[in-house]
Amino acid sequence: MASDYPVQPRRGRPYWNPYLSGLLLGVLLFLAFFITGSGLGASGGMNRLLVWLQDLLMPEHVDQVPYLLKMAGGSLNPLKNWIVYLTIGTLIGGLASGLRAGRVYVETNKGPAISNGLRWCLAFVGGALMGYGARLARGCTSGQALSGGAVLSTGSWLFMIAVFAGAYLFAYSLRRSWN
Amino acid sequence: MAEFPLNLIDALGSIGAFFIYGLIGFAFGWILESAGFGNSCKLAAQFYFKELTVLKVMFTAIITAMTLIFAASALGLLDINLIWVPPTYVWPGVFGGLLMGVGFIVGGFCPGTSLVAAATLKIDGLFFVLGALFGILVFGETVGIYEPFFHSSFLGRLTLDESLGVDTGILVVVVVAAALLIFYGAEWVEQRVGGIERQQAPRWRYGAAALLLAMAAGVAVIGQPDNERRWATLETLEEARLNAREVQVDPLEVLSLMHDSALRITILDLRDEYAYNRFHLRDAQRIADADLDTLAETLIAQPANTVTILTGAHGDDANEVWRYLRAESVPNLYILDGGVDAWLARFHSEALPAVHPDHALGSRHPAADPNPRLFEGDFEPKVKLQVKRAPTSGGCA
Repeated sequence: MASDYPVQPRRGRPYWNPYLSGLLLGVLLFLAFFITGSGLGASGGMNRLLVWLQDLLMPEHVDQVPYLLKMAGGSLNPLKNWIVYLTIGTLIGGLASGLRAGRVYVETNKGPAISNGLRWCLAFVGGALMGYGARLARGCTSGQALSGGAVLSTGSWLFMIAVFAGAYLFAYSLRRSWN
Repeated sequence: MAEFPLNLIDALGSIGAFFIYGLIGFAFGWILESAGFGNSCKLAAQFYFKELTVLKVMFTAIITAMTLIFAASALGLLDINLIWVPPTYVWPGVFGGLLMGVGFIVGGFCPGTSLVAAATLKIDGLFFVLGALFGILVFGETVGIYEPFFHSSFLGRLTLDESLGVDTGILVVVVVAAALLIFYGAEWVEQRVGGIERQQAPRWRYGAAALLLAMAAGVAVIGQPDNERRWATLETLEEARLNAREVQVDPLEVLSLMHDSALRITILDLRDEYAYNRFHLRDAQRIADADLDTLAETLIAQPANTVTILTGAHGDDANEVWRYLRAESVPNLYILDGGVDAWLARFHSEALPAVHPDHALGSRHPAADPNPRLFEGDFEPKVKLQVKRAPTSGGCA
């Protein structure tokens, strides 16, 4: 199921055809809803792992912030939630697929015009914006756009439009970092 | 109603359930990595029209999952009311989405894809994950400053078919058809900008598209089950419970539930405004004019320890509403046996003022909230807390 798309891995087997990936992802998303009643997600699991760490280091602080209190206040265990295990599964699944296809190796993907250091900084800043935005929007591309989109949630479709709009709006300004 | 979704924790215990979630996550990570989503260049190429893989994968997944979900619901296999639909908060969603869009083009990933990038040792992915964790940390610390905005423009569980006022099945067909048109346009753009020959795309995609469209048409023809059809699948079982008086709860039991701090008890009064104003149980809400579908949604979204009691004037007048709400999958739903009449017969006494036609005492009447220690007696306990099937949070809570 190889494809002749321009972006390919430096080494290892080529990526799947996008329609094949999409179909399989769609069937998986359906199964997740069918069996468990909820879809997929990623930022929620990252959030809880982080709160778990915060709760280890500074439990008093967690007990004072209402947003954290809901997940880890008192004797609540932030890891006792399905999304955490889904997130750990995602990490292992990504690694397993990469190993099988020979795509696990240290590298930095970026446009040719910028240095590794700048790419890393941009990745951190972009990640911070994403992480913040994902909490504000109550979901990331997986939990809101993908899962909410499939069950036709109005808010999720508005969210999806906003994500694409934000990215296309700034794509021109950032063209040097990717092209 | 339908067998699915399952209550995994009830069926398998938390370790078994978490293992299933881990497996779903494993497949999720495998697919994301195989699609090339661990490579930030693949993701960023979307925004320079060089290859529209992000768009294709996302919308193929959405229309496939959507068609299967609504098909399973149409066939009565899946109870759509128990599925988690991310609630709509318009402006926090739009503003957060814009922020994420900017983060996407700056950082090159989204949270899910950065996980598989980091797992396959992409350094930029690792920095992105650290950045995302930092962003989440900052959010947790700063949301308190603008809490009202975070909770603003809340529209609850709202779906596009309701927003647009169209039939669900028709909307499914329209979304599938629109996505297929978008894919056609995307391939055209890729040929013009990215130089990707259309011929190289697999031929099976036409077959898959036709199959999806046919399934969507089937969903539209069969239609989503309405209350009547939902009740028909339950009728034998639930009508028997009603006739065996398994759901009619003695006033004494209701009183003890009202004072059970481990439970949340919701009392819904079905009588008219006049009767309600004269007398009602403590915290009873009058629902004679309420829209039952909205009410069902609200009740399903309540925490798992919620018990809902319907109170009519004399008991059996609550049966019709009970049937309707049960068909909509409202859990832990009971009827006050004998209604308000039986309640007053049990707790009203000579010492208390009469429930007077001209006095709108409501729940200020002493019998609205009797002292449970003064009324002891035997009753056959009916309420059994059923473990909840509907998830109370999505993948991002």
